[in-house]
Amino acid sequence: MKLIKIDKQSWDEGIEKTKSAYRVFGPVKEKNDHEFKLLEKSELPDLNYQNTRLSPKSIIYPQSQIMFTYSLDENKEDFRIMKEVENVKSPMAIIGIRPCDALSFPIVRRNFDTPEYQDTYWIKAYEATTFVGLACNTACSTCFCTSAGTGPFGEEGLDVLLIADGDDLYAKIITPKGEAFASSAGWTMEAESAVASKIDEMKTTAESSIASSVATDQLKNKTTLELYDAPFWEQEAFACINCGTCTYVCPTCWCFDVQDETYGKSGIRMRNWDSCMFPLFTHHASGHNPRNLKYERVRQRFMHKLKYYVDKYDNGIQCVGCGRCIRFCPVNIDIRKICDKMNSFDPEACACEVTSS
Amino acid sequence: MQNPYLPYPVRIDEIITETEDRSLKTFKFVFLNPADEEKFTYESGQFGELSIPGLGEIPIGIASSPMEKGFIKFTIFKTGKVTSYLHAMKEGDIMGVRGPLGHPFPWKTLEGKNIVIIGGGFAFTTLRSSIISMLDPANRSKFKDIHVIYGARSPGMLLYKDELAAWAKRDDIHMNITVDGTDDPDWKYLTGFVPTVTEQKAPPGNSDTYAIICGPPIMIKFTQPVLDNLGYNHDNILMSLENKMKCGIGICGRCNIGKDFVCKDGPVFTLSQLNNMPKEY
Repeated sequence: MKLIKIDKQSWDEGIEKTKSAYRVFGPVKEKNDHEFKLLEKSELPDLNYQNTRLSPKSIIYPQSQIMFTYSLDENKEDFRIMKEVENVKSPMAIIGIRPCDALSFPIVRRNFDTPEYQDTYWIKAYEATTFVGLACNTACSTCFCTSAGTGPFGEEGLDVLLIADGDDLYAKIITPKGEAFASSAGWTMEAESAVASKIDEMKTTAESSIASSVATDQLKNKTTLELYDAPFWEQEAFACINCGTCTYVCPTCWCFDVQDETYGKSGIRMRNWDSCMFPLFTHHASGHNPRNLKYERVRQRFMHKLKYYVDKYDNGIQCVGCGRCIRFCPVNIDIRKICDKMNSFDPEACACEVTSS
Repeated sequence: MQNPYLPYPVRIDEIITETEDRSLKTFKFVFLNPADEEKFTYESGQFGELSIPGLGEIPIGIASSPMEKGFIKFTIFKTGKVTSYLHAMKEGDIMGVRGPLGHPFPWKTLEGKNIVIIGGGFAFTTLRSSIISMLDPANRSKFKDIHVIYGARSPGMLLYKDELAAWAKRDDIHMNITVDGTDDPDWKYLTGFVPTVTEQKAPPGNSDTYAIICGPPIMIKFTQPVLDNLGYNHDNILMSLENKMKCGIGICGRCNIGKDFVCKDGPVFTLSQLNNMPKEY
């Protein structure tokens, strides 16, 4: 694996050079937080940040996305016929994405790119994108990536991993896509051989700085109905206000709604992020709602991430341990606590407890 | 890469009002591009997303049979925004259809078996498709006895009345048409609820007999114990479910029951499968 050293000047110049071949996105400080933005000319990504408030999922999967257009003009030949919007994606690069967020894309891909159906909108955007990650040297108290399938120096989902060591910046080239990005930036100076072992040390230090974790090893062994019928859901959901913040900030939440909007005699069919926290998400036209109660919706969110996904894909949990849902939940619901409850749930022990009380 | 969200344009060829209260109409669609009909190759039990630009899409079971060529049919209950608009549309109007979606009834498994079709109210659409398919001369010999128990509130609420009458005259299908009650002196079929009629008319369960049930939840709730008493194995009871859907292809995330999507992994499930799934439907 190639390791490149990038000095301050070649960083600045390199980012600028890549903008002629890529639409380059990077973290930029907005008010109190960092957000991923399309970088303008001579604008640089601000790598001095912990993580963005919103995940970078919207770069591949916009919160609102036009799918089709239509005409309601009876005099037009294409009256009431859906027409595809142009969906040609020019190359994009996301600079400074954290390893946890990078892992979310291969996770979400399992939903959008299936043997039977390919979501052309998501796939084209994903395939056009080069993911240039930034390793985390320090962790937040809410980070638990090391027990969620990645780590502060995790590489899954990345084409390049950047490692910042004081004023020095190194780039580990992971894929040919990453190689192409580095060469378009003109980053070619190979790092001295001692750097590799230095990075290994940094990685070990960073990993040991992750203070929290989840246990997921037993999730697969539980039956769905045992977990579904577990007695703790109502209590865990008690404080929830169904605001949906957890689903919007989550890099692995992928659910969407489809809506038509008509302006005069023409309109668009668009899709918008949706949330399993909202009653309308599953509300039948008849009035019946299979997840009518708040706790049923809270249960759906955690069962999806920590049981249904686990069973369906046999590839870990649908969570990357970024901790956003914990930090931004207005009522302090903590996925780590719920995951541990699910993982350690023993229906027989529970039955005894109920009988004895 | 094919865009799975793009509907095929269709023209409404015919609209038939099915029930006396006018809440159910059958729409016959013809594809504007003949090649799209080839792509819409389906089997009984599958559904389509009907698309009206400006309003949205609705998932509806396909009421026509693959043995009927040149058109597809859907019977639609007027209930929400899209269906209400559709009920006001006219023959000749253009709209869209996506599909076929979901899994059909397991026809390979059903071959060589006795089939008992139990339907109630307007949940008889994919059952009509199934009956037409099985009775087709090309297919009838593939199945043993075919029993049908179909009930509605009143004679005027039955779907496909002419076809029901024609099937009732045949000797290769046992028709049990019933209504909850009627004061019509000319009513020549049965009176009574579907579970009761099932108890009286359905053949006993065995490994060679499969029941397909579609109906309102209350009918299913009371029919299930009847089938248990008749000795039906839960692997031999097939049901077709509904849930709120948008994409119809297992991506948008709302119609799941546990890890399975009603749209992509269903809508047909065996009772054995459903016994191990949350009751979120």
